[in-house]
Amino acid sequence: MNPALGLGALIAVLVATVAVGVYGLRLSRGTSDFYVASREVSPLWNASAIGGEYLSAASFLGVAGLVMAYGVDMLAYPVGYTAGYLVLLLLVAAPLRRSGAYTLPDFAEERLGSTAVRRVASVLVAVIAWLYLVPQLQGAGLTLQTVTGAPRWVGATVVAVAVVTVAAAGGMRSVTLVQGFQFWLKLTAIAVPAVFLVLAWRSAGAPPLTGQDTPRFGHTTVVRLDQTVRFEVRSPVTVTARGDLDGVRYAAAGRSVRLGDGPHTARAGARLTFPAGAVVPHQEGLTPASGVRWASPLSGAGGRGHPVYAIYSILLATFLGTMGLPHVLVRFYTNPDGRAARRTTLLVLVLLSVFYLLPTVYGALGRVLAPQLLLTGRTDTAVLVLPQLTEAGETGRLLAALATAGAFAAFVSTASGLTVSVAGVVSQDLLRGSTRSFRWACLAAGVPPLLMAVTTTGLPVADAIGLAFAVAASSFCPLLVLGIWWRGLTDVGALLGLVAGGGLAALAVVVTSVHGAGRGWSAALLAQPAAWTVPVAFAVMIAGSLLSRSRISAAAVDRVMLRMHLPEEVGSGPALP
Amino acid sequence: MTTAPPDPPPPRVAVTGPRRNRAGGYSARPGAADLHAQPRLGQIYVRSLVRDQLRLALGVLAVLAAVLGGLPAAFVVFPALRTAEVFGFRLAWLLLGVVAYPVMVGAAWFHVRHAERAERDFTDLLGGLPPAPGPPAPPGPRTTGPGPRTTGPGEDAGRGGG
Repeated sequence: MNPALGLGALIAVLVATVAVGVYGLRLSRGTSDFYVASREVSPLWNASAIGGEYLSAASFLGVAGLVMAYGVDMLAYPVGYTAGYLVLLLLVAAPLRRSGAYTLPDFAEERLGSTAVRRVASVLVAVIAWLYLVPQLQGAGLTLQTVTGAPRWVGATVVAVAVVTVAAAGGMRSVTLVQGFQFWLKLTAIAVPAVFLVLAWRSAGAPPLTGQDTPRFGHTTVVRLDQTVRFEVRSPVTVTARGDLDGVRYAAAGRSVRLGDGPHTARAGARLTFPAGAVVPHQEGLTPASGVRWASPLSGAGGRGHPVYAIYSILLATFLGTMGLPHVLVRFYTNPDGRAARRTTLLVLVLLSVFYLLPTVYGALGRVLAPQLLLTGRTDTAVLVLPQLTEAGETGRLLAALATAGAFAAFVSTASGLTVSVAGVVSQDLLRGSTRSFRWACLAAGVPPLLMAVTTTGLPVADAIGLAFAVAASSFCPLLVLGIWWRGLTDVGALLGLVAGGGLAALAVVVTSVHGAGRGWSAALLAQPAAWTVPVAFAVMIAGSLLSRSRISAAAVDRVMLRMHLPEEVGSGPALP
Repeated sequence: MTTAPPDPPPPRVAVTGPRRNRAGGYSARPGAADLHAQPRLGQIYVRSLVRDQLRLALGVLAVLAAVLGGLPAAFVVFPALRTAEVFGFRLAWLLLGVVAYPVMVGAAWFHVRHAERAERDFTDLLGGLPPAPGPPAPPGPRTTGPGPRTTGPGEDAGRGGG
């Protein structure tokens, strides 16, 4: 890829973000300015802003990559990300807006009147935000490496520094404008190249996607490895090798090497030229699948075990996790009332639905147009490299720059939304918030995920995000749903449920991240924990509340329920019966 | 380019949620307080509103769970569906990749419409108050129509569960 154009796209996105952030800082300096400015925004623009903040690296890069590697089952992710907003609309949107809670800990204290629950909720907000930030930063590293060849920590650090700086300067939160703009940038950046992709596929004679074969190289292909890869050859092939392959160094002129069956290792910087028609060797850990198997649901293509359990667990985590994400909740406060909160959510659903039609195109066509990603194991970069691989010349370079800009818009908008949300919570609840402590909290929000991002190699982006959803679904979902709809929730029950559900899910995440995705039932249960941690969280919260029923103050519950569920117009009525 | 700012900017303040722990709690709406002043009547009304809204939400949620959650189950039970094709596309791809989205948007639209209707009926019942000026109400009959229920608050106030 052309480094100059890619870097240009990155710098343009960062400069635009910082510039609008600074501009917004000048516009709104006081609390009331902030609220008023937010509420003058039209529902469409507010919905765009919510979508802009929500569509992260997982949506922009991860979904296409997972679909390419593992097939149709992975469409559960985008369906779930969208359905999460529907569940949010059904159960949470209007009452939450009416409750006046600004963050999840606010809600916990408002509903239950307990500072202990508030503290636990604050800690969980930080944990979820960290888990969510790590894949954003890893995606940034991967993108910058793909574009310029820079080591992965560079991209992660650039985005982390930019986001923490802007957040600490205070200019980001107020700017619905920049988030809304970034949604449309992301949509353009994924939609325009997709059109070219489909045209390229058709002009290549529309090669079938669901054939009996495992993927083959359509033409002579040079595979460049940015980092060391172990891969498995299943049918012997003669390649032209340059660089370090299986411990032997080949000169820049290249030499023919016959790769026999079995594992091989190519070091960073190696270049392998495969002949047309050769079967694509896959990275170790990724099982080659025929087109038939890849296109068929629940087939476990790519070597994922227990597909039925996995798909249900993914659906549960994403359905119920969205409402517990810290940066999602804050956005609802910018609606003037509960009714507007509902309508905005409906618009968000429409926008997300349009966006999520597109990653599938990359995932499906990537298998025939860029099968070498299965060898390098970098299917997460499909959205970035496909435009350039399929369109020669200036068009391809411009499309690639557009895709890069979209990707960085995704990292920056989601990461800054998360950083500001978590910094607000940490400074208010754990540091007793002044502006100064907010700045420290920004560092606390940004540094741990950066360290995690550069020290671990990481799961596929969408899987890593799925784990953050699982923690949110196992902690805040029961708190919100039971808190809004069940009068019987007590502070003790909520506390126990948060600790049990959130703790178990977080534990599963840590084990999976450290060990990587393994095989067998235990691995499936740990890699997709939501299916068991969500029921545990609900059960503990309900049981704990029933056992501590004496702690309910009927008058206090009545007051909160009134505020959450009464339409705002009632307040302006002339008389009550 | 570098003209001096006319005024020194106001001091920065931390933007946080509304302050809690105030005596009497935080409430911007007199209506809530008024209803609260007549506890028995208010609670009956509000409980029935909450029950109606919850029933509506759970109904839509059940349909959603049955449709989206039923898909993998259908593929398990009828393996032939896994490779079925419609218009040259695999059925599974078409359903999960395209059809699921308009279904979800439709469900959301249905819910917004009926949740707003329930609230409007509730408001009318309380004060004979027309909907507050602002965004126009969605079209549609108010007390008749194909909705799951057109609620009269209080109608099932004595019933338990929801």
